[in-house]
Amino acid sequence: MPKITINHMEIEVDSGLTVLQACEIAGIEIPRFCYHERLSISGNCRMCLVEMEPSPRPVASCAMPVADGMVVYTNTPMVKKARKSALEFLLINHPLDCPICDQGGECDLQDITMAYGADQSRFQENKRAVAEKDLGPLVATAMTRCIHCTRCVRFSTEVAGVEEMGATGRGENTEVGTYVEMAVSSEMSGNMIDLCPVGALTSKPYAFTARAWELRHTETVDVLDAVGSNIRVDSRGNEVMRVLPRLNEDINEEWISDKTRFSYDGLKRQRLDRPYVREDGRLREASWEEAFAAIAGRIAAIKGAKGQKIAAIAGDLACCESIQALKDIMNAFKSPHMDCRQDGAMLDPAARAGYLFNTSISGIEHADLCLLIGVNPRIEAPLINARLRKRFLMGSFSVALVGAKVDLTYAYEYLGSGPRTLEQILSRSHMFAELMDAANRPMLILGQGALARADGAAVLAAARDLADQFAMVSHDRNGFNVLHKAAARVGAMDLGFVPGEGGRDVAGILDGAASGELEVVYLLGADEIDTTFLDPAFVIYQGHHGDAGAAAADVVLPGAAYTEKDATYVNTEGRVQQSRLAVHPPGQARPDWMVLRALSQALGQKAGYDTLEELRAQMIRSNAVFAELDVAAADRTAKTKWAAFGAPGKMNGSPFADTVENFYMTDPIGRASETMARCTDTFIVPHLSITGTDG
Amino acid sequence: MTVESEVSAESGPRFLTKEMRKKIEEITGRYPTRRSAIMPSLFLAQEEYGYLCDEVLLEVAEALGVPEVWVYEIATFYTMFNTTPVGRFHIKLCTNVSCLLLEAGSLLSHLEKRLGIARGETTGDGLFTLSVVECLGSCDTAPVMQINKTYYETLSAEGIDQILEELKARPADGGREGAPA
Repeated sequence: MPKITINHMEIEVDSGLTVLQACEIAGIEIPRFCYHERLSISGNCRMCLVEMEPSPRPVASCAMPVADGMVVYTNTPMVKKARKSALEFLLINHPLDCPICDQGGECDLQDITMAYGADQSRFQENKRAVAEKDLGPLVATAMTRCIHCTRCVRFSTEVAGVEEMGATGRGENTEVGTYVEMAVSSEMSGNMIDLCPVGALTSKPYAFTARAWELRHTETVDVLDAVGSNIRVDSRGNEVMRVLPRLNEDINEEWISDKTRFSYDGLKRQRLDRPYVREDGRLREASWEEAFAAIAGRIAAIKGAKGQKIAAIAGDLACCESIQALKDIMNAFKSPHMDCRQDGAMLDPAARAGYLFNTSISGIEHADLCLLIGVNPRIEAPLINARLRKRFLMGSFSVALVGAKVDLTYAYEYLGSGPRTLEQILSRSHMFAELMDAANRPMLILGQGALARADGAAVLAAARDLADQFAMVSHDRNGFNVLHKAAARVGAMDLGFVPGEGGRDVAGILDGAASGELEVVYLLGADEIDTTFLDPAFVIYQGHHGDAGAAAADVVLPGAAYTEKDATYVNTEGRVQQSRLAVHPPGQARPDWMVLRALSQALGQKAGYDTLEELRAQMIRSNAVFAELDVAAADRTAKTKWAAFGAPGKMNGSPFADTVENFYMTDPIGRASETMARCTDTFIVPHLSITGTDG
Repeated sequence: MTVESEVSAESGPRFLTKEMRKKIEEITGRYPTRRSAIMPSLFLAQEEYGYLCDEVLLEVAEALGVPEVWVYEIATFYTMFNTTPVGRFHIKLCTNVSCLLLEAGSLLSHLEKRLGIARGETTGDGLFTLSVVECLGSCDTAPVMQINKTYYETLSAEGIDQILEELKARPADGGREGAPA
């Protein structure tokens, strides 16, 4: 390992590091604009200049690899002068409009100028002005402020995989933008806002709504897909102002998807802020007491065994606490009719390994082959797709896809559209089987598109066979992965919110309600079902948005969204994470477990818990995985057992469907969001007209 | 991942002939990555059409299978690529350090006065385009200008007048290639 002397201090660092990284290890701050640890090195801002013996000129530390015996200084008059000069150059064309700039208060250029810059410039001429670019409904531009660090260009090219941004022109005429004026067609474009060290790229929905120093930060997790991205919710008063990513190397690194970042305005619209009771065919505002009385009265009116007449469906955004509480109520009625698989995915609760992303997201980086089955990770879990792309760019990683053909931002081999191809690989009559045999650390990702079909259980079993046959599972790794789309799904499976003995699944519940065999259906935030089946039944909807479920309900109980409660979610890797309350639920809405506890009392049941802690203890008794927070199944002390799951059987030949039609509107929050509607108009609708599906 | 350009999707390729595409394919063979072949491919197209319009850039990108923005970045960065039409004689005057020290600034004013155009413009008769470029790599003979493919060195105002007269007198079939003076 090279020894390097920085400011007379000798340290030993790994070879391959840059001088800048070595300085960071030594605890010395080097100002920078263009350098970013997750992007390639470009070395064009000149802010990180240091003095190095025997070079007579300062060197750019971000681009200089360490070598044994290097002597570096970061605090000499030469370095100070170089920093001052670099800033003077950068500020020649940078407008001093900080008071009206959204970046003000959290701007690298502002901060670094304060720390290292001179107090005046020698530049007397006019500053240049640059035309605004239209990057779509999410990213606002003020390109006059751009200092050409090219972080956004490198991000879109390297991480997002859409080569649309570029730096055109030369010298003073350089402009950063897209080739033709167009929105950046990436589901991760919002990250460019975080990367921009100045106010050139800022958030359009957040524009001029708050200042950085007014906001209260709450560290929590995202629930709009099953990745469980770590986020920071910034709020002012009782309003969510914006959502930013939080660093978690194992999950989202430091990126989040545009849905995660920009759906928050949906939290302010279409909210259920008081209970409603249906009277004469119309929902009317009611008190909690009236709502509970209506439910208790209807259930009391059920003749015979109540458990056989009551069913419950847990939605995609439900937290584990509410699922546990609802399950307790169902158990008290001895009802086996409950399910969490709204889309009808044939997930098997028998073995935890059978419904988890066992490899873990960071584990993707150690795989050498990935078979995607009925899944579009770019839309279903953009951050997992980003990780697959990252692995792809490292080299020697083959990806193959069985399912609908899509653009994943990296090259893959298209094998076929449906189960036939799986059978061919299993029988080794497909060429790809050879590649899979040759791979040392193969993995497969099974999507909901392959499971949410009549033969889903057979597909699940076939995928398990694939994992076995091609040595994907060993004592220290598991290459079998199910990619979920719903944040609530794994938690609900872990808590056993699935049909009990003789119980009905979602399709069965809908049929039962339609035929009158079921009289009461409890929807815990379940909106992704065909509610027309529920008409004859008495429907209770508990949730936070007036979406499909609430419209079909006879009683509406207002709950809390993910930013408004301390709750537990399990991501697709089986990682148990907790969200934190950032703002309070609106009006009379309450955290969901409290609603269910009050309901159980109104029903004359005795809840086994009085506090959130007791409820969580109950969850741990249900399943010990809840005792260990923030650990993926792959890294748990108690390994997930590889057991039998799925039901071997005949698969039909129909192709796996693409299960997400509109990335921006997969949940009630997205559907209530104006920003997501604008994204739909920009990115989804034009695409529809090309394919002619709009007539 | 290159999105097929709308131009070629709608009306088919219009600028790059089969021969040119073949040539471009040949060029790519010389480099480790296709991105490296952008500059020679652009020269090829410019030779043919005199300048690079947006459609040509799209077609070059499509022929190479690289993102359009990469081609656009290069075409707008280098002064030897013209993104707007140029006259029969494209005058490229160097105003970098060596030339500037030897009065390239006043030569620029002289050229502007003689041609009656500002830098970046083309004369009304379509004969001359005047551009200012970065270092032409001929500092030892500064000040320097390049007209089409020919270097004119150790310039003076009188010398420039003489060159312009010679060019004006040149028969039209001399073409844009600009034979050596």
